[in-house]
Amino acid sequence: MTDPLLQIVGLTKSYRTAGEQVAVLRGVNLAVAAGESVALTGESGSGKSTLLHLIAGLDAADGGEIRLAELQVSELGDAGRAELRRDRLGLVFQQFNLIPSLTVEDNLTFQSRIAGRHDAAWHRELVERLGLGTFLKRYPEQLSGGQQQRVAIGRALAVKPLLLLADEPTGNLDEDTADEVLALARDLVTRSGCGFLMVTHSARLAATLDRRVNLHAGVIA
Amino acid sequence: MKRALWTLAVLLSHWRRHPMQLATLLIGLISATALWSGVQALNQQARTSYDRAAATFGGTRTAMLAARNGASFPQRLFVDLRRAGWPVSPVLEGAIQIEGRSFRLLGVEPVTLPAEVGNAPAVGRDDFRAFMTPPGMMLVAPETLADLKFTEGARPQANGGALLPPLRVQPNLVPGVLVVDIGVAQDLLKMPDQVSRLLIGKAAGNRPPLESIAGDQLRLIEPDAETDLERLTDSFHLNLTAFGLLSFFVGLFIVNSAIGLAFEQRLPVLRTLRACGVSARMLNAVLVLELVSLAFFAGLVGLVCGYFIAGALLPDVAASLRGLYGAQIPGQLTLKRQWWFAGIAISIFGALAAAAASLTKALRMPLLATAQPFAWQQAQRRWLAWQSAAALVAFAMAAGLLWFGDSLIAGFAVLAALMLGAALILPMFLELMLSLGQRFAQMPVSTWFWADSRQQLSGLSLALMALLLALAVNVGVSTMVESFNRTFVVWLDGRLAADVYISAANDDQAHEMKAWLRERPEVEAILPGGRADTQLAGAPIEVLGLPDHATYRDNWPLLESVGDAWRKLRPGNAALVSEQLARRLNLSVGDRIEVPAPGGNWPLEVVGIYADYGNPKGQITVNFAALTRRFPEIPLTRMGLRVTPPKIPALISALQEKFALDNRNVADQATMKAESKRIFNRTFSVTAALNAFTLGVAGVALLTSLLTLANSRLPQLAPLWAIGLTRRQLAAIELLKTMSMALITTIFALPLGLLVAWCLLAVVNVKAFGWRLPFHLFPLQLLWLTGVAMAAAVAASALPVIRLARMQPASLIRIFANER
Repeated sequence: MTDPLLQIVGLTKSYRTAGEQVAVLRGVNLAVAAGESVALTGESGSGKSTLLHLIAGLDAADGGEIRLAELQVSELGDAGRAELRRDRLGLVFQQFNLIPSLTVEDNLTFQSRIAGRHDAAWHRELVERLGLGTFLKRYPEQLSGGQQQRVAIGRALAVKPLLLLADEPTGNLDEDTADEVLALARDLVTRSGCGFLMVTHSARLAATLDRRVNLHAGVIA
Repeated sequence: MKRALWTLAVLLSHWRRHPMQLATLLIGLISATALWSGVQALNQQARTSYDRAAATFGGTRTAMLAARNGASFPQRLFVDLRRAGWPVSPVLEGAIQIEGRSFRLLGVEPVTLPAEVGNAPAVGRDDFRAFMTPPGMMLVAPETLADLKFTEGARPQANGGALLPPLRVQPNLVPGVLVVDIGVAQDLLKMPDQVSRLLIGKAAGNRPPLESIAGDQLRLIEPDAETDLERLTDSFHLNLTAFGLLSFFVGLFIVNSAIGLAFEQRLPVLRTLRACGVSARMLNAVLVLELVSLAFFAGLVGLVCGYFIAGALLPDVAASLRGLYGAQIPGQLTLKRQWWFAGIAISIFGALAAAAASLTKALRMPLLATAQPFAWQQAQRRWLAWQSAAALVAFAMAAGLLWFGDSLIAGFAVLAALMLGAALILPMFLELMLSLGQRFAQMPVSTWFWADSRQQLSGLSLALMALLLALAVNVGVSTMVESFNRTFVVWLDGRLAADVYISAANDDQAHEMKAWLRERPEVEAILPGGRADTQLAGAPIEVLGLPDHATYRDNWPLLESVGDAWRKLRPGNAALVSEQLARRLNLSVGDRIEVPAPGGNWPLEVVGIYADYGNPKGQITVNFAALTRRFPEIPLTRMGLRVTPPKIPALISALQEKFALDNRNVADQATMKAESKRIFNRTFSVTAALNAFTLGVAGVALLTSLLTLANSRLPQLAPLWAIGLTRRQLAAIELLKTMSMALITTIFALPLGLLVAWCLLAVVNVKAFGWRLPFHLFPLQLLWLTGVAMAAAVAASALPVIRLARMQPASLIRIFANER
């Protein structure tokens, strides 16, 4: 078997809340292969988003290891983690987090351009498959929630990341739109060949991915 | 009541969670109140002094009789009028020197002095004898006693050698005035049986017509509500008020931005309160109550700060008013109750005005408003269009006032309309420049840089407007002061052309000196000078007498003249007129004037017009010999000398030794120039201080806007960080963004400032002082001010940028986190 794309070993993280130390992750082990899509489920407060943030280098772990391809994420400094997010990861959030001052087109190309990996053909394909052709000159506020999330997915995939991380990407969408957006995401992930790790509460949506892992009390159950 | 208190508690809890916003709001209100009330304290102090001067034994608050030609008249007229039933009291006025300093000497007659002579200090009945019988009594203000460094009861010596009566303090007396019995004054001034004016009491009774007793020698002067000093100093105080007002508005920009942001953040709370049953009326009442309480507190602190600002500026203001107008302002700040009330009122009024838009919004807020997507671009465009239209109206008003206005107030109104228009159109200018930047941007980060700057514009525009106004005023005032400085130095070189200036104690000493000087080989010329006071067209003027000498012909700066003007003065039928007098009376070269003199009117042809900067009175210059013929009683104690330069110090030492003169009676040209420049510089030190304060407040406005925006900007910045820009990069971009907007604002402020300078030089100065100065451009100064603006932008953005650079990832993650 080839080495997994993402390898997490013994990951721990705790927070201090109201003067009390709360252990959120208590030794998480997880592996995601290239081209594999994994749903990360668990009850509220189980540490799903924290795990995603640690993988993305948005936060630093207390202990354990995160390896993405050949890169030890846990050993990276601030600049290294920024580079990781810019070049190797795609991030999609529940709140879309688009840049309100840029048009849809500028939002789509933003990350790929700052990473120096803009691919015009791939961009055109993304626009077409995401159905954003008529909205390119609009601003995020002028789009519906489903359309905004499609832009967010497009921005994350435009850089052709090794791994797409999505935190409740359909949490703000109705069921039909959620299905449609997730189907698009899966399709594009398959097309680009990257790994896909999605945090979700929905068992129905989790079932549409290759594998489901459940986080309970800070460990993978 | 309980509901209102609960509502207030809920609203106040916002400030507990946002202490920086509260600080911003209070800083804005405190700065606005402090600068405004500081300036008002200075104005009030000066006006109180003018009132004291006006009320001193027959200032312009009292009806009086004076000679038609403005000169003194025989005491016999007083006796005749008194006998005829006129309730008159004589006053003799003149100047006297003590320790080389000049004082205004007033001789009064306490027995007939009307009781209602303003709030003049009365000579108590018990002191009548002491006041009227030798050695008499000399009443002085406490400030004058302190200035003279004498104690009460001391008998100073006048410069002529006469021993003066013992000093006695009268607290209400204006500084710089000495009051003695009229008999003593007549002796000291060598004006026996002469009177300057007769004060008229309000005693009822039949009075025969004035002409039947005094013929046409005297004229009745009705009491005037505004004194000469008030009229002369109006422009100075208007200037201070304009600065105070500008600082006040700049402060209100801060308040407006803080209140606007607080309101936006509290909108959900306001909706919840309404949903819970708080009526719109009560919500507004509580919002107003909260605001008024904060404004009251900030107003009190602002007043204390204003007191200290006024106290710090008072010495310079007093020196300016003394140097420019001869007004005596006590150095101790005393404030009336009204000042405190007005300060609190202006703070509350300012806060309510700054919050008006937010309060109206709260009143009209729909209870179930949904979170409609806010198309910021469309909203911003509409807002910019309205502002630009308002700016065009303001510019049209400025042009109209410039064209049709003909007063000092109109001059200031032009400036106000111009700056208002510029402030309103600034966001549009910035929007255009930023769009241009965005259009030409190639890289994604630079595209975002310009686009995000445009989005930030509405949040920063008020602070940038404040910066624009402060910079424009700084450029305008600095250019005016520097233009004045350059013109003044050249003018001074021409006016102070003699090498040594002497002021003798009296005519006898002056004669003795001249005889001694004629024997000195190093003295190339003795240039006698004389000065007489009279009135022209109802206003006081000076008549200056100068000899016909190459010193004046070659150096005296004339703005316009007929050919050979100086020779035309020689026969005594021509005069040179100062610029301010020419403007006031609309005189041109070739016109004729009639100057009242003791022997009758003196007809003179205007053969030239000269600049006379810093002199509030109108002035005419005539030939010295002609002046002494027409005004035979003027003292001939002043003279200038032309001396071989290397021998000047030795000559001055010899003069001081021979005639017991000190530095105030004899000075060389360099000393005189240095003293004049020192007075000049002090005159503008208040302006410089207020300039710096205004720029400082604008810097604070920028800082507070950036601080209040910083938190609301996290949702815009966090995605960029998540995508791969480091916090340092984001901080650097934020800094660059603020600096670029400040730079564009500065680029806009420079031409505006030059326009302000032109308005000050060509409109306001002409109306205020009567002289027009040439416009000079000072590129280095503009460069320096650009640097100051950039430094202010860096200083203002430093704190938010450092906070961003050091921000914990957890704070940024919170933007994305839905759960853990």
